[in-house]
Amino acid sequence: MKTAIIVFPGSNCDLDAFNAILQCGGEAEYVWHMERELEGFDAVILPGGFSYGDYLRCGAIARFSPIMEAVKKFADSGRPVLGICNGFQILTEAGLLPGTLLRNKNLKFICKGTFLKVESTCTPFTSMIEKGRILKIPVAHGDGNYFVDNSTLKDLEENNQIVFRYSSPNGDTSSLFNPNGSISNIAGVSNLRGNVLGMMPHPERVVNVLTGGTDGSFIFRSLFSMLEGVIASEAVNS
Amino acid sequence: MKPSTLDHFLVGLSQQEYDLICNRLEREPNWLELSMFGVMWSEHCSYKNSRRLLKTLPVTGTHILQGPGENAGVVDIGEGLAVVMKVESHNHPSAVEPYQGAATGVGGIIRDIFTMGARPVALLNSLRFGELDNSRTRYLFENVVKGIGDYGNCMGIPTVGGEVYFDGHYRGNPLVNAMCAGVMRHEDIKYARASGSGNPVMLVGAATGRDGMGGAAFASVELTRESQERKSAVQVGDPFMEKLLLEACLELFKTDAVVAIQDLGAAGLTSSCCEMASRGNSGIAIDVLKVPRREENMTAVEVMLSESQERMLVVVGRGREKEVSKIFDKWGLHGTVIGEVTDDCLLTILEGSQVVAKLPARLLADEAPMFTRSSRKPEYIEEKTVFEMVEVAGGDMNSLLARLLQRPSIASKEWVYEQYDYMVRTGTVTGPGSDAAVIGLREAKKAIAFTIDGNSSYCYLDPFKGSAIAVAEAARNLVCSGAKPLAITDGLNFGSPEREEIFWQFEESIAGIAEACRVLETPVISGNVSFYNETEEGAIFPTPIIGMLGLIEDVSKTVRSHFKNEGDVIVLLGENTVELGGSEYLKMMAGDTLGKCPNIDLERERLLHTLCLEAINERLLTSAHDCSEGGLAIALAECCFFEGIGADITLRDTLRADALLFGEAQSRIVVSLDNSKLTRLEELSDNLDFPIEIIGRVGGDSLKIRIGGNEVISSPVREMEKHWREAVKCAVEY
Repeated sequence: MKTAIIVFPGSNCDLDAFNAILQCGGEAEYVWHMERELEGFDAVILPGGFSYGDYLRCGAIARFSPIMEAVKKFADSGRPVLGICNGFQILTEAGLLPGTLLRNKNLKFICKGTFLKVESTCTPFTSMIEKGRILKIPVAHGDGNYFVDNSTLKDLEENNQIVFRYSSPNGDTSSLFNPNGSISNIAGVSNLRGNVLGMMPHPERVVNVLTGGTDGSFIFRSLFSMLEGVIASEAVNS
Repeated sequence: MKPSTLDHFLVGLSQQEYDLICNRLEREPNWLELSMFGVMWSEHCSYKNSRRLLKTLPVTGTHILQGPGENAGVVDIGEGLAVVMKVESHNHPSAVEPYQGAATGVGGIIRDIFTMGARPVALLNSLRFGELDNSRTRYLFENVVKGIGDYGNCMGIPTVGGEVYFDGHYRGNPLVNAMCAGVMRHEDIKYARASGSGNPVMLVGAATGRDGMGGAAFASVELTRESQERKSAVQVGDPFMEKLLLEACLELFKTDAVVAIQDLGAAGLTSSCCEMASRGNSGIAIDVLKVPRREENMTAVEVMLSESQERMLVVVGRGREKEVSKIFDKWGLHGTVIGEVTDDCLLTILEGSQVVAKLPARLLADEAPMFTRSSRKPEYIEEKTVFEMVEVAGGDMNSLLARLLQRPSIASKEWVYEQYDYMVRTGTVTGPGSDAAVIGLREAKKAIAFTIDGNSSYCYLDPFKGSAIAVAEAARNLVCSGAKPLAITDGLNFGSPEREEIFWQFEESIAGIAEACRVLETPVISGNVSFYNETEEGAIFPTPIIGMLGLIEDVSKTVRSHFKNEGDVIVLLGENTVELGGSEYLKMMAGDTLGKCPNIDLERERLLHTLCLEAINERLLTSAHDCSEGGLAIALAECCFFEGIGADITLRDTLRADALLFGEAQSRIVVSLDNSKLTRLEELSDNLDFPIEIIGRVGGDSLKIRIGGNEVISSPVREMEKHWREAVKCAVEY
């Protein structure tokens, strides 16, 4: 059960994602963006940071990295891919997730704790979390203002692709608790199939009581338990 | 290219300095050589006005692995680990171009840390601006904060702490001091000492352009109206390039190919070449035509003086060039061999086959003439300190408290630190908003703590005491988190040393820092002097900034500043005395910085630290918070925030009420603890003969303070916290 952490020039949450996987009982390995293969991996994480300095547009250059072809194939085969922060931006630029991420509404970088309401449990990353649960997971970004047009928004809602919404500690998802102007308070979305998830908040930062809490571990533990299920069923089938 | 007899004035050298150069060279320097002397012998690079006094600072200790003199200082924290730390100012550039000025200040200090071989793990900053009622100040403030944030955030180094103060004396000359710390193993330390004749000298990173031309010389004169036009003296930052450099260098250090390394900061190639040669007792010869450029038709002078950012000079072992280039290529960087180490102790500059400069490296790097400036106690001191304030008769203490909480210098700096990523690397145990920042180490169960501090109002009234207090308060902040103070880095910001009154402030300040560092056993391991911080309106307040490192042996013992448990007993460690001089309260009431600087007894301060650290080590305390600006009442209010719990306080002192509530007497810490731990705390206090007093209990949703039976403060915590949190945002955005 091994997770690939893709490292782009300018990634800076790669170490945190790596440690979070280990902390939650998984195995992780860094994969440099110039690689072209993802053989032997069961899941892929595109970590946060500033790939290519966010020059041109966040994620716009990283999507051309050689590894992205392999990430696409990996996603197309239905295996789990998680993009966190800059990773989310890269996934939207690569066309693996709908929508785009604009500058924060206040035009400033925002680093703070936020509360997320779990809206969908139909992804490998949320399958072990009860629907409606509130997770305390921080954000740290300048371009996290999620945007889609109205008809796509409707599709996302109908297809259960909205995975997290910013909320109050009690689950109120009104605009008062929206840190960055995201449409419909969206903090994370999945693809139609559910195996690709992009989220602006950083679950890898909250896997330790000493440094901010452990709510992020629900996401990694869900992933591992889903993977264990897959591995077990593959073993039975073979 | 012979200089005319007056050219030395153009590069900022005096006649006396020029004569000395001719004398030592036994000839006249050419224009390139003169330009190189101009930057290297500028105040910014040579410390010619400060070096004599800096030598009086304590710089040694059993745990100090490297004191001042290298790119940054190094402290042993046990288990084979070491912390590298330094603070540096970027005041002049930030006054002219706040975004780039602040950003490149951060970039420069980060390079100083990883040049030493360490992975940078924390950034802090200390900022001073004019009052926020002025649109230029708001512009400077917003853009400095953005510049700091954008650079540090992109680098993936958490900005975990800092301080910001506002006072009219900084209106035209804001201060931007950036501090960085890194962690490494002892054996990984790298030095900037070129050695091994024939070893290639490589330049890595960004191409060289005309930005930052003569920045060091620019920083060595006062700011004038014309300075605003000197934007070409400000460098432009590229944090992405620096991130690549950081990763490439750390990867390179894992090989043993690196002989010496130094970043290019002030005075660019000139300083890095001559300093590395001088420290290594060798020479360096480089060819300016081999330097990759981003602009056409650059002259040798421009190449040698450019302060283009994100460049490193690396001496590698002969024959290792390919291996080194491979690592740089991986990170998309280009390492170019521009010259080699020589054994003639000379800095030789070639342009192709032609020698265009040849100077003794040591003369350029280390032998600028030292000045002993004359000093005189300024007259304002008598004027300002005789002031005695009449008690505010029947003043409404609730409204005074509310007003103080909204003073931008006291209010929450959330508006600032929410723009900084303070969590990346997931080591942040305590981020901004507490007394000290605490970073857990993956390599051990230890944690390191940092703070940066300085009260320039005190220093204005009494630079000796004010500077000693800056050290004492920084140490107190660390102690409140449970960390033992280990060492400091000092950022010394003053006006023009050529004025006697300013030089007096500087002398007194150094003496105060030295005294406090000796008593509190926190040597100075690195630092920065920034003179000429003045405009046509006058000089800034003398502003020594103290960045301090502390160590927590067991990270699980870390304590924060706010109350946590209803029913806990609140105890004041220390004593209340009347100290209104230099206080934020007095400034609010009188509109000026007045009175006598608070008294400081360093031996008592040391006892306080011992008491607090012992109590935390025995896990007696739930919270600990230093009493500083705004006094006891502000400290208590701050303790109530975050968890939103109130407190019921009864004070038995018979001092005037405003002094008791808002006075800034030193050596006081407010702690809270479970009732069952009280006896042991009292024992510790008796053993040390250091006074403590039970002053109340945690609980309720208001802060209530009684003095002599009368309730003088009764304020709902939620309301106070809202005022305190939103004040800076309101002042900037509305």
